[in-house]
Amino acid sequence: MKRNRLLIQKLWFSVLGLSGLIIAIILFALVFFVTTRGFRVINWEFLTAAPKDGMTAGGIFPAIVGTFYLTLLAIAAALPVGVITAIYLNEYADRDSRLVQVSRKAVNALAGIPSVVFGLFGLALFVNFLHFGVSILSGGLTLAIMILPVIIRSSEEALSAVPFSFREASLALGASKWYTIRRAVLPTALPGIFTGAILGIGRVAGETAPIMFTAATFFTGRLPSSIRDEVMALPYHIYGLMTEGTHPEQQAPIAYGTALVLLVLVLGIDLIAIIWRYRSRKMKKW
Amino acid sequence: MQTENIIRRAFFLVTLTSIVFLFGILVTLLLNALPALQKIGVGFFATTNWYPTAEPAQFGAIPLIAASLWITAGALLFSVPLGVIFSLFLSEVLPERIKTFLKPTVEVLANIPSVVYGLFGMVFLAPLVMRFFRLPVGLNGLTASIVLGIMALPTITSVCEDSLNAVPRTYREASLALGATKWETMIHVTLPAAASGVSAAVVLGLGRAIGETMTVLMVAGGAAVIPRSLLQPMRPITATIAAEMGETAVNSLHYQSLFALALFLLIITLLINQMADTVAARSRRRFKIQ
Repeated sequence: MKRNRLLIQKLWFSVLGLSGLIIAIILFALVFFVTTRGFRVINWEFLTAAPKDGMTAGGIFPAIVGTFYLTLLAIAAALPVGVITAIYLNEYADRDSRLVQVSRKAVNALAGIPSVVFGLFGLALFVNFLHFGVSILSGGLTLAIMILPVIIRSSEEALSAVPFSFREASLALGASKWYTIRRAVLPTALPGIFTGAILGIGRVAGETAPIMFTAATFFTGRLPSSIRDEVMALPYHIYGLMTEGTHPEQQAPIAYGTALVLLVLVLGIDLIAIIWRYRSRKMKKW
Repeated sequence: MQTENIIRRAFFLVTLTSIVFLFGILVTLLLNALPALQKIGVGFFATTNWYPTAEPAQFGAIPLIAASLWITAGALLFSVPLGVIFSLFLSEVLPERIKTFLKPTVEVLANIPSVVYGLFGMVFLAPLVMRFFRLPVGLNGLTASIVLGIMALPTITSVCEDSLNAVPRTYREASLALGATKWETMIHVTLPAAASGVSAAVVLGLGRAIGETMTVLMVAGGAAVIPRSLLQPMRPITATIAAEMGETAVNSLHYQSLFALALFLLIITLLINQMADTVAARSRRRFKIQ
């Protein structure tokens, strides 16, 4: 009887294992597909030259630069706001207060909004209403709103992981609240805040829908000269190459190469964050 | 003391940012959508022809909504069983050491850009689906469902796994002590105890799938007709917005109707997330965890 049941268990465990296998195969197929197809076209020129011959040859340098600028602006705008919000919610506000509950709801709601909705919001507010035009500025700010919840959540998590005794010790020595936050709480929480920010960067770099109408352009060979310029961006470049243009056969390989660059970039950034998190957790002595 | 007060006030104002933006997004979409909703009326949600550039233009959103529902349902049909089963495997069967390695892998899967999934679907999956079902085109609802399902997997798996982990160990120990096998414990004790967390995971996966844009734009085929089967090309709400916004004149009826679609999408996702929150709160109360 017991033996029979153990047999059933073995059977079901293999089904469970099968699910893991299926997921592993999917992940492997995706990475293998992008890597092998992309690797063929990547060389030094691909990474450092501008596109030429109507997007059928040349490199993707302007798209790399564009993605860099957009990501930089987004994180520069979202990080201070996100960290300060987290500090207020975690250190100043009363845990059960109305404000904390409402803003937590708002953060959750923001996190669940589809990316294309952010794109439309950016288009209506930044591009049309504020007359920023289709530009790095509009796109970067749109992306910033989008990653704000990610940064707030991870910063809050990092802050609440700081032991209470740290604050008490500092306050007992006569330090003010702000001094305590600045010198005792923040330095301790910093690795956690940064890993959250880095994961946010990884996410922003790969977003397409929010920048489609706010920042990105497909046909431009030149680099942006100001924050008011429209730019090429890696994710939008992939989409453009696969759906626009007149030479799909010549454009597809460039799309594979661009996808590989984007994938390496995003996963590389994630890997840095994950390793950093792992190491700072190990270094913890409390 | 004065600096303290200034800082407290300044930080308070900054904290309002996310609330302001949430309402800002709602109001902005509403203002831009309202003229279209007034002009088109209930026909927007009740008629079946989406010909925004025809003369006269017709704006019936039913085919788009139907496409979103078909594709999302298809995606969940595939990713919910796989995700729940995998999270059981992850949290109940695998040893701790492999888990610490696999959890970040799932996290990474969640961060792969959607446009890369779209490319994968277009070039790798679509030909497979085309050949397997002997269809004229591989870009259709099914292909989109599969790719969306893959993309919803990390969300479902990680939320599900968290809720399984939250089930107190005493539950399992009690069951094992009564002579149940590990498998029986999982199915009759752990999984039912985590049920509300698991349903929250499903709802979150639903929210993720219905709002996904780039993949469906690239893979779903783009035909704005009411789908009769998953094997037809479709055009979900998100893909319609993304594909058509670039070609409309600012403040034209077409432009405003796309904002109306976005508003509809926003309200749906807000409701879905609210639902997930409520369900998740129930499971938190149950085990009294923060």
